Amino acid sequence: MLDILIILLKIVVLTFMVVLPLVPVSVYFERRFSAIIQDRVGPNRVGIPLTLLGFKKDFHLFGLIQPIADGLKLFLKEDFTPDHVRKAFYWLAPALTVIPALITVCVVPFGSPITIFGHTEKLVIADLDVGPLFVFAVASLSVYGITIAGWASNSKFPFIGGVRSTAQMISYEIALGLSIIPVLMYFGDLNLSKIVQHQADHGWLLLPIWDTDGFGITLEKALFWFPAAIAFLIFTVSIFAETNRMPFDLPECETELVGGYHTEYSSMKFAMFFMGEYAAMVIGSAMIITLFLGGWSMGFTLDAKIADWNLFGFGLAGFIHLGVFMTKLIGFILFFILVRWTVPRFRYDQLMKLGWVVFFEAALINVFLAALILAAPQLAGTIITIGFILLVVLTLSVIWVAKVSEEKPKPLRA
Amino acid sequence: MPSYLFWLFATLTLLGGTAVIAFRNPVSSALSVVACFVGLAGLFIGLSAFFVGVIQILVYTGAVMVLFLFIIMLLDLKDEEHRTHKIAPIAAGLVLVAAFAIQLVGVLSKPLPNQTAPVLNQNTLSAASANLVQTGQITETSKIAEALNAGQLPDVHLIGHTLFTGYNLPLQILGVLLLVATIGVVTLSKRQAE
Repeated sequence: MLDILIILLKIVVLTFMVVLPLVPVSVYFERRFSAIIQDRVGPNRVGIPLTLLGFKKDFHLFGLIQPIADGLKLFLKEDFTPDHVRKAFYWLAPALTVIPALITVCVVPFGSPITIFGHTEKLVIADLDVGPLFVFAVASLSVYGITIAGWASNSKFPFIGGVRSTAQMISYEIALGLSIIPVLMYFGDLNLSKIVQHQADHGWLLLPIWDTDGFGITLEKALFWFPAAIAFLIFTVSIFAETNRMPFDLPECETELVGGYHTEYSSMKFAMFFMGEYAAMVIGSAMIITLFLGGWSMGFTLDAKIADWNLFGFGLAGFIHLGVFMTKLIGFILFFILVRWTVPRFRYDQLMKLGWVVFFEAALINVFLAALILAAPQLAGTIITIGFILLVVLTLSVIWVAKVSEEKPKPLRA
Repeated sequence: MPSYLFWLFATLTLLGGTAVIAFRNPVSSALSVVACFVGLAGLFIGLSAFFVGVIQILVYTGAVMVLFLFIIMLLDLKDEEHRTHKIAPIAAGLVLVAAFAIQLVGVLSKPLPNQTAPVLNQNTLSAASANLVQTGQITETSKIAEALNAGQLPDVHLIGHTLFTGYNLPLQILGVLLLVATIGVVTLSKRQAE
């Protein structure tokens, strides 16, 4: 009984008090950050209207209450359902975008285990042994929401948006899945908590400059940095495509498709799509941080030092790690926003080419490269050389095939 | 797995399966298949087969059914909604149902073997680990032995170990088969009629 209560508490706290509030916060960041980039001021007025009570100035709180005002506005807007839509699916679609994004929260480790009154509790809702796969599996369900939204709207632009998004998400799921295979080979584990613990002890995947015995780097780790960096690049860009963020937000491309799949939606149903997109972005950032940048760990051999700090029986380490994780998460969300307002939108054929021709092949070759580096210590010199030559030949042949496939196909004679 | 979860997912699977044929609209049918697969994945996970359950969702629900839905939506099948029932397909379906029912009766009429599966607790798992180490399939320090001794079932590692040691050649052949299929599709789609 106590177990179920603790799990319920974790679900409520981590999903509805940590991740969900990040959605309006990132909307606020988005608006303020884009304003800075475009040399504007951005929303900075919403606050406590003290002038109404006769004071000289309003108390504006830097516009931090803006997200609440935005949310209220969306709630109070008229919820209009057009006549020509397929009602059941039209109602189902927004829910299908938000729910998968929130379910994936359950495998993300938010911090090291915390100790309260001698009771140790992991800061993850479900410590599954198939963590990254679970995230991919559930996240792949969110494609239904967008597709059905496009189809149920029963009008042209949303439909094109829905079809685009289906094709885009399926294409980039392949790159996404292939790109993390080197990472999983390196850790030899699919449990995200263990992956983060390993990185805390032996150095982050992209910053492997310390180990349990202090600073220093081995040759194997230094060599593995390259496949890890390639994997990081492919994974990050694919996450951008999976979450329909700029520069890959073709499904809702305003210049071509009015509003894309959510053209016919209004009020809170529209806000649900919005929430789904931002929640997916938060989870995507969390995955990148967990796999490549050490998750909750502080790094630089500091984790072992703070491990036994405690205050009146409360283990402080868990809370510090939670803070570190949130800092990294918000940093990465800001990176997402920076990219959105810097890089222009891709053309649809460019997007498909990037996914299928560049990332798919690069991720595949990266798997072999990582395998060679990981297996090298157990292999003889000649075998390593042969493997290396094979890898180079493979890379060149893949590039050649990609080049050849560019040529116009010959007309079929029959 | 607590029995109420079993009943929940079993009901979801059966309802999904029934809804596939009950709905007239092809898109509704496709979504019912999705519900059915999700229920099935839940049943797998309840049997501690996390990997199989997750792959079920990842491959069938997340990829295969999305493509089905994609095609159905693009074709915009209107005829299906006012189809008439013909005798021949219904008869064929009834024959299939009867065949399966007879098979089911045949299986269930035999007395069940009087043994239950061992409970996955610390003792069974450690014993399994010791057994695997003794037969030389895994080493004492491997991740599988470590997890089994800690009282966890490392299903992903076990599946991987079995596939790559016991069934390596079939796995490679399957990989080549898939590659051939992929290349075939690309070649066919690249051809253009005059």
